[in-house]
Amino acid sequence: MNVEATITINGTEHKVQVPPRTLLSQLLRDELDMTGTHVGCDTSSCGACTVLVDGNATKSCTMFAVQADGSEVTTVEGLASNGELHPIQVAFREKHGLQCGFCTPGMMVTAVQILELNPAPSEAEIRSGLRGNLCRCTGYHNIVAAVQHAAELSGGA
Amino acid sequence: MTTETLIGQEVKRVEDHALITGRGQYIDDLRLPGLLHIAIVRSPYGHAKINNIDVSAAANATGVVSVFTGADLAEQLGSLPAGWLLDEESTGMKTPDHPPLAIERVRYVGDAVAAVVADSPAAASDAVALVEVDYEPLDAVTDAEKATQDGAPQVHDDAPNNLAFDWSVGAGDYEAAAAEADIVVSERIVNQRLIPNPMEPRGIMADYNGGTEQLTIWTSTQIPHLVRLLFALVTGHPEHKVRVVAPDVGGGFGCKLYLYAEEVICGIIAKQLERPVKWIEGRTENYIATTHGRDHIADAEICGTSDGIVTGLKVEVYANLGGYLSTFAPAIPTILFGLMLGGCYKVENISCQVKGVFTNTTPVDAYRGAGRPEATYVVERMMERYAHELGRDVLGVRRRNFVRPFKRGHDMPIGVTYDSGNYQAALGAALDIFDYQEFRQQQRAARSEGKLLGVGFSTYIEICGMAPSAVAGALGAGAGLWESSTVRVHPTGTVTVFTGTSPHGQGHETTLAQITSSRLGIPMENVEVVHGDTERHQFGTGTFGSRSLAVGGQALMMSLDKVIEKAKVIAAHEMGVDTKQVRFENGTFYVEDIQEREIPWGDVALGAYWAKNLPPGLEPGLEAVSFFDPENFTWPFGTHIAVVEIDEVTGETKLARYVAIDDVGNVINPMIVDGMVHGGIAQGVGQALQECAVYSDDGQLLTGSMMDYAVPTAEDFPSFETDRTVTPTPVNALGAKGAGETGTIAASPAVVNAAVDALKHLGVTHLNMPLSPEKMWRTIEDAKEERRARRSAAARRGN
Repeated sequence: MNVEATITINGTEHKVQVPPRTLLSQLLRDELDMTGTHVGCDTSSCGACTVLVDGNATKSCTMFAVQADGSEVTTVEGLASNGELHPIQVAFREKHGLQCGFCTPGMMVTAVQILELNPAPSEAEIRSGLRGNLCRCTGYHNIVAAVQHAAELSGGA
Repeated sequence: MTTETLIGQEVKRVEDHALITGRGQYIDDLRLPGLLHIAIVRSPYGHAKINNIDVSAAANATGVVSVFTGADLAEQLGSLPAGWLLDEESTGMKTPDHPPLAIERVRYVGDAVAAVVADSPAAASDAVALVEVDYEPLDAVTDAEKATQDGAPQVHDDAPNNLAFDWSVGAGDYEAAAAEADIVVSERIVNQRLIPNPMEPRGIMADYNGGTEQLTIWTSTQIPHLVRLLFALVTGHPEHKVRVVAPDVGGGFGCKLYLYAEEVICGIIAKQLERPVKWIEGRTENYIATTHGRDHIADAEICGTSDGIVTGLKVEVYANLGGYLSTFAPAIPTILFGLMLGGCYKVENISCQVKGVFTNTTPVDAYRGAGRPEATYVVERMMERYAHELGRDVLGVRRRNFVRPFKRGHDMPIGVTYDSGNYQAALGAALDIFDYQEFRQQQRAARSEGKLLGVGFSTYIEICGMAPSAVAGALGAGAGLWESSTVRVHPTGTVTVFTGTSPHGQGHETTLAQITSSRLGIPMENVEVVHGDTERHQFGTGTFGSRSLAVGGQALMMSLDKVIEKAKVIAAHEMGVDTKQVRFENGTFYVEDIQEREIPWGDVALGAYWAKNLPPGLEPGLEAVSFFDPENFTWPFGTHIAVVEIDEVTGETKLARYVAIDDVGNVINPMIVDGMVHGGIAQGVGQALQECAVYSDDGQLLTGSMMDYAVPTAEDFPSFETDRTVTPTPVNALGAKGAGETGTIAASPAVVNAAVDALKHLGVTHLNMPLSPEKMWRTIEDAKEERRARRSAAARRGN
């Protein structure tokens, strides 16, 4: 038996009917074909699946789709607006904050919330804020630099 | 603007736009109509006999299309090959069968037993639980040393004492050197088992066209052409009717460098059902079904004079290979370890013996560095161990033993020739950043305040740029290790570059476009780099062993030279001059001293295809193919310095500072090189401080998920301080050595040396990785206890 949910994703309202066990990550990827959100583990450890749910960075592999009923969800596909990249996207490219790119969507979404909560974070605050997102390519060095750069671009730091 | 402008520039990556906007195309992002989903039934036992498999309940479950066991597919699946065969006569090498789906026996937790095909991923995984396998558990062995002892459980009946091979290499006469030495120091050096952890687990999609017999396999791999070749050899499906595509690949670090059971299983099932199928590995599944790295026990001995000249090194190794031989497994603890044992030192006498051992664990193969981190750890740890024993400074001892700077070839006693090196310069550059004397003062001051600080060095060297094919072949490689390129100039002058390398984060689309743009004098936007598709590019070798620029980049240079040479002939004909008079610069063909005679690149490209005014006998078109087989490996080197701070109360060891000087020869894109160095350092530091795969004695992987295996986070590191010295290699015209693995190779010995340095005053001489808080706390407490006992004994003697 399917369950219904109404979720606003990247500004567009979606009325969906899915099996109750469908995860938010599965809804995004498999039902709505938004494959920018990645799944890298099965224990809520890696953070590749992070999206914003009502502004909070949330691991979409650890939440049922129906739990997002009535919520506003932002995924990597929704970061740019009117064809203009979000400062975090500009900064990741500028500072070489990605290599294989698999962790990048979740990493950027988390960074958006870090900067939302603290427009001028210290290096330690950035590292602490990113601890729920794993990257195996960059050693985090340039990811931290990218978040610092995004803060500058947004007029924070 | 000169044509060389983009070489050495921090050009932002071509790859990034798609990846930062969610448009990447990794395996699980690919879709096909009518797609079926595969889930694999895996052994829960480390070692067991399969008495029976009952698939009836699973086959009847909702959504299930079919269930296949090893017996169902035995003929089509074949046996997975070991792609690197050591000399059988001298090593006694054994290559037991490796069925992609186990039939009679399972040999590790995760060994594939059956494949369930269903109309959704959920239906497939639900039905896995319904496959009833009657297992008869057998005694298991997981430790390589124990596995070689008489009476140990036998993993393969045809490999007595679980020995896959017994390999040795050496130089001079170690025993004579040890007998004459002033000092001999020995230590057991364990390089623990690691799980590679690319952020994207593996995944495969396969599709078969029964009309054309064309089979397409999309797979998250570093080696699409080798997967195609090995798939064809194993299954008998003709190579020219197999297409292998590596789309965006979310990291590899060596663990996507083989023909895996699932590639064969998915390909054959797609063919059998004539339906597209997909298998996506879960992370916990990745931990048991994808190769591990290291797991290397080395009994090491170093000998030398009392004034600090090292005269010999002996190493006896147990290398854990897991339940079966993975594709390159035999090369890792042998060639890539033994030939590295000279390090950057003038050590004349070396003895190395390596036992490759089967155990009831996930197969072990290359993981970033692959053999070279194990060698560097032994060499750099033993150098400091020897210096400490003599009471000499660790840098003074290194300097006394360094090979002198050289530009073109240095023969090492072990039988290899280093390409170029200046180890003193790299150490000097590191000490320009890191004030050693000042640190020693800080360390003393900190100790008086109860804080434990330590510094560790790693003046490493590595072997990469894989590889001269004849040498590799003589050493056991089952494939040539050259690289290929095609440069296709289009009529409008834009260019498509095809490369046999297969990047998964290394930025080849950018680096190779920089080279092409600079050589042809055309904008980077006019260059497209294509990789990872056996149907678009002729045979290539792939990306591993820090080879892509040193070998693949050179193959590209050769093709660029060929198209320029042909274009010059066309331009000369057009201008009515002799070809020898034509110069090419900044995208323009011209004749010296005749200003009115010049033709832009685009006009020559168009002329080559329009063909209305070509020299007689010249073929139309403008395209070149090249294969580059290097004459030698390349040998990057450098100095890494780690500073650690140990909390005496909790045992927590924190990396406080990290300085890295790497010499990777000439650099095309410093931003990309720095990024790879950062990532490598993080993996090496992760090994030193926190990562470790742990098995129970009966073969259960206790660190079986990301909750249990400590993949480092952003909080575990400081920012790194990196710089370079530049000693170009003579092995390729680019002068590039390779930069993908330096960090991983250098970092773990630097960090462990630092921790030992911090505890040296307590009498600590060695520590085994990972330096977990508990281990460090116990070490400190035990050392203090011993010191108290020594003092009271001395006091008693005094009375």
